[in-house]
Amino acid sequence: MATTLKPVDAVLVGFGWTGAIMGQQLCDAGLSVVALERGPWRDTSTDFATGFAQDELRYMWRHHLFQNVTDDTLTIRNNVNQEALPMRHLGSFLLGTGVGSGGVHWNGQIWRFLPTDFLTKSHNEKRYGKKAVTDYDMTVQDWGITYDELEPFYDQFDKLCGTSGKAGNLRGKIQPGGNPFEGARANEYPTPPMAQTYGPTLFGKAAAELGRHPFPHPTGNLSQAYTNPLGAQMGECTYCGFCEKFGCGNYSKASPQTTIIPYLLQKSNFTLKTECEVLRVELTPDKKRATGVTYVNSAGEEFFQPAEMVILGAYVLQNVRLLLLSGIGKPYDPKTGEGVVGKNYAYQTMSSVNVFFDDKIINPFIGAGALATVIDDFNGDNFDHGGLGFIGGAYIAGMVTGGRPIEMIYTPQGTPAWGMQWKHAAAKNYLRSFSLSIHGSSMSARGNYLDLDPTYRDIHGRPMLRMTFDFTQNDHKMSDYLTDRAAEVAKAMNPREIKLNRRTGSWSVTPYQTTHNTGGAIMGDNPKNSVVNKYLQVWDVPNVFSMGAGAFPQNAGYNPTGTLAALAYMSADAIKTQYIKAPGPMVRA
Amino acid sequence: MVTKVNLKRRQLLIGSVAAGVAGATAVAAQVHDGELGAPPRTIRGKVPFQEGTADAPPGASGTGYTYFTPSEVAFIEAAVGRLIPNDEVGPGAVEANVPFFLDRQLSGPFGRGDHYYLGGPWPKGTPEQGYQTRFSPAQLYRAAIAAIDQYAVANLNAASFSKLSPDDQDKTLKGLESGDVKLDGGVDSKTFFAMLLQNTKEGYFSDPIYGGNKDMGAWKMIGFPGAHYNYKDWVTRHGERVPFPTVGFKGRPGWREG
Repeated sequence: MATTLKPVDAVLVGFGWTGAIMGQQLCDAGLSVVALERGPWRDTSTDFATGFAQDELRYMWRHHLFQNVTDDTLTIRNNVNQEALPMRHLGSFLLGTGVGSGGVHWNGQIWRFLPTDFLTKSHNEKRYGKKAVTDYDMTVQDWGITYDELEPFYDQFDKLCGTSGKAGNLRGKIQPGGNPFEGARANEYPTPPMAQTYGPTLFGKAAAELGRHPFPHPTGNLSQAYTNPLGAQMGECTYCGFCEKFGCGNYSKASPQTTIIPYLLQKSNFTLKTECEVLRVELTPDKKRATGVTYVNSAGEEFFQPAEMVILGAYVLQNVRLLLLSGIGKPYDPKTGEGVVGKNYAYQTMSSVNVFFDDKIINPFIGAGALATVIDDFNGDNFDHGGLGFIGGAYIAGMVTGGRPIEMIYTPQGTPAWGMQWKHAAAKNYLRSFSLSIHGSSMSARGNYLDLDPTYRDIHGRPMLRMTFDFTQNDHKMSDYLTDRAAEVAKAMNPREIKLNRRTGSWSVTPYQTTHNTGGAIMGDNPKNSVVNKYLQVWDVPNVFSMGAGAFPQNAGYNPTGTLAALAYMSADAIKTQYIKAPGPMVRA
Repeated sequence: MVTKVNLKRRQLLIGSVAAGVAGATAVAAQVHDGELGAPPRTIRGKVPFQEGTADAPPGASGTGYTYFTPSEVAFIEAAVGRLIPNDEVGPGAVEANVPFFLDRQLSGPFGRGDHYYLGGPWPKGTPEQGYQTRFSPAQLYRAAIAAIDQYAVANLNAASFSKLSPDDQDKTLKGLESGDVKLDGGVDSKTFFAMLLQNTKEGYFSDPIYGGNKDMGAWKMIGFPGAHYNYKDWVTRHGERVPFPTVGFKGRPGWREG
């Protein structure tokens, strides 16, 4: 059976962004830390060097850096009346694995949520009435935390990454050129915004003419060289257009590899073990305390790693599954609405508008993961929702992440998907088109949740996670309204034509949408409505901490990484200043 | 069952790395595939680095077909030639060597269902549940091509799909795309068509090391300059054509002769 290892102060499950942040923070506090990563070691020079990193087939379509679903996938369905079946191939979202995980192949879009995003229930109820937050079986909640509490930790992540951008609200004063809707920032971005290519520039001009407030997308693809507080050096982005789904060969994209790992590996109290998959968190018989984790390595050897603290830093879906498999917290039941683990799974409601010119060369291959000009006028509660019949919103971005030709050839409305007509449309439009991205919120609802599948099992014999999800009517209405707002800007650019790609119908696992899965291990102000407190500490087992976007009670109209990283820093701060001195619940229920 | 499939996958994976590099059958189990299956490691003290381990791409090698049978070649050449036909605007899929690309993909890890979960049970599922079949991609191609040829015999009075007129080939492909053409042999026509079209575009637009996109003709047609690494000087030169010559991972004609 399992070999018992030497106890450590903290064991990290998973070694992506939150694992690396927690590892660095806890090692600097003097704790002994072991990180267990189920995937392989990866570094820039060996695994995504510039000589072969720009390979669309291998990385995007053959999933070279992603979780291999052959070994472990999840089951999916749109509602409880359907039979969940395995996601047999990645599509809608591209799960990470390996050292750095999604932090390696993300776009580097670094956002803060709006102050009102943390008060989704109370703020919207106050402004629009009770129905606004309960219609369509919505189960939105407040986070149990405020933007102001989180701001120092957002700032810490910006400094780690060297985020390139322009502040729009500096200590309460609105700044020209930035996002006037954002919460107050203590500091300007560490590096200036990226230079904008033609498409985003045209978008910004058109948006300004319509009275909107365009600003450069905050980005972890750096506009200039930067040395972060840990001494890690990053290079200036070369706009090669291969960020999302790819590793950066140029040390220009913030990732655990480029910002933390070289520092952390030098610490004598830190050990990283790769190809080691945690099977479950072990608990004392009364289930009130974790004793460590059991894991199996790729040689098939099983180990028990005793630890004073267990930090779940795997992806949302794995964290929730480990909680369920370990018997931590009460599983959510959509029939009764009781229980919390798996509750409020949410996603992101994406749509787009393609813009086609005759007279303008856009050069879409000059791109970067977060190269965009954005308007935030219709995000969160930045606009009056009175009479609209929905809450939430989206940012609208004139964005050029790249021009990778298998994925990113846009053809006009009515063009067939193949044949001579398609080929001619591809040849005519590739250089002269780009896309506006509408990055919408996803409000949690009673029927959208995560639990364990009754039929399908992984290679270890454990039940797969079962995802039950569909877009709510709230989010369809929001997305339609926002897509129309994007179309206004698109038309103001005076193109030959535009094409609206609305989010219609039920959620499908096939077309890529975004890897922004949230919820299931949500945070809140009491154990009845949440799995973790505001320090990401599990209410029921206070020496277990659950990181990541699983803590989001619903998803805002932004990319999640900035917020989940800030939450990790806030958790680390609480562990260092409170928990180590007096281990136990840091918030009294 | 599940465990057995996985063991097999590992072995094949190791074999394929060797075969891809040297055409040999077995070398030391050097699995650096960027995914599960490498030996467990304990890393501390510094960032590890080992020379000679760069995770270089596994390009296609050899000539001729290794997966497709002659009758399958006839189908593939006919079908991809309709999906992307040839004319003066740019190459067709056949001219871009897409059939060879498909052959190498299907005889490699992709064809075997690496990165697919193929365990049972196998109910049909809803359209939103995506790929739901027991077939690996290579098995799906084999079963589907036979079923489509059979469809042509039974319904269109032809010896096979490849013998149909271009118009009838287009009609059949449209029927597969919409699902109106039903196939025997447990093949879902829409599932196969979606995979064939996707893989055809992959072969057309991927780096030539994978065997398609001959002479980077598809890239030249649309104006994608290939695997360039630095566009900094062109970021703010709005509306200008970037004059870079088209390059792939192995360079471009003129870089290396002979």
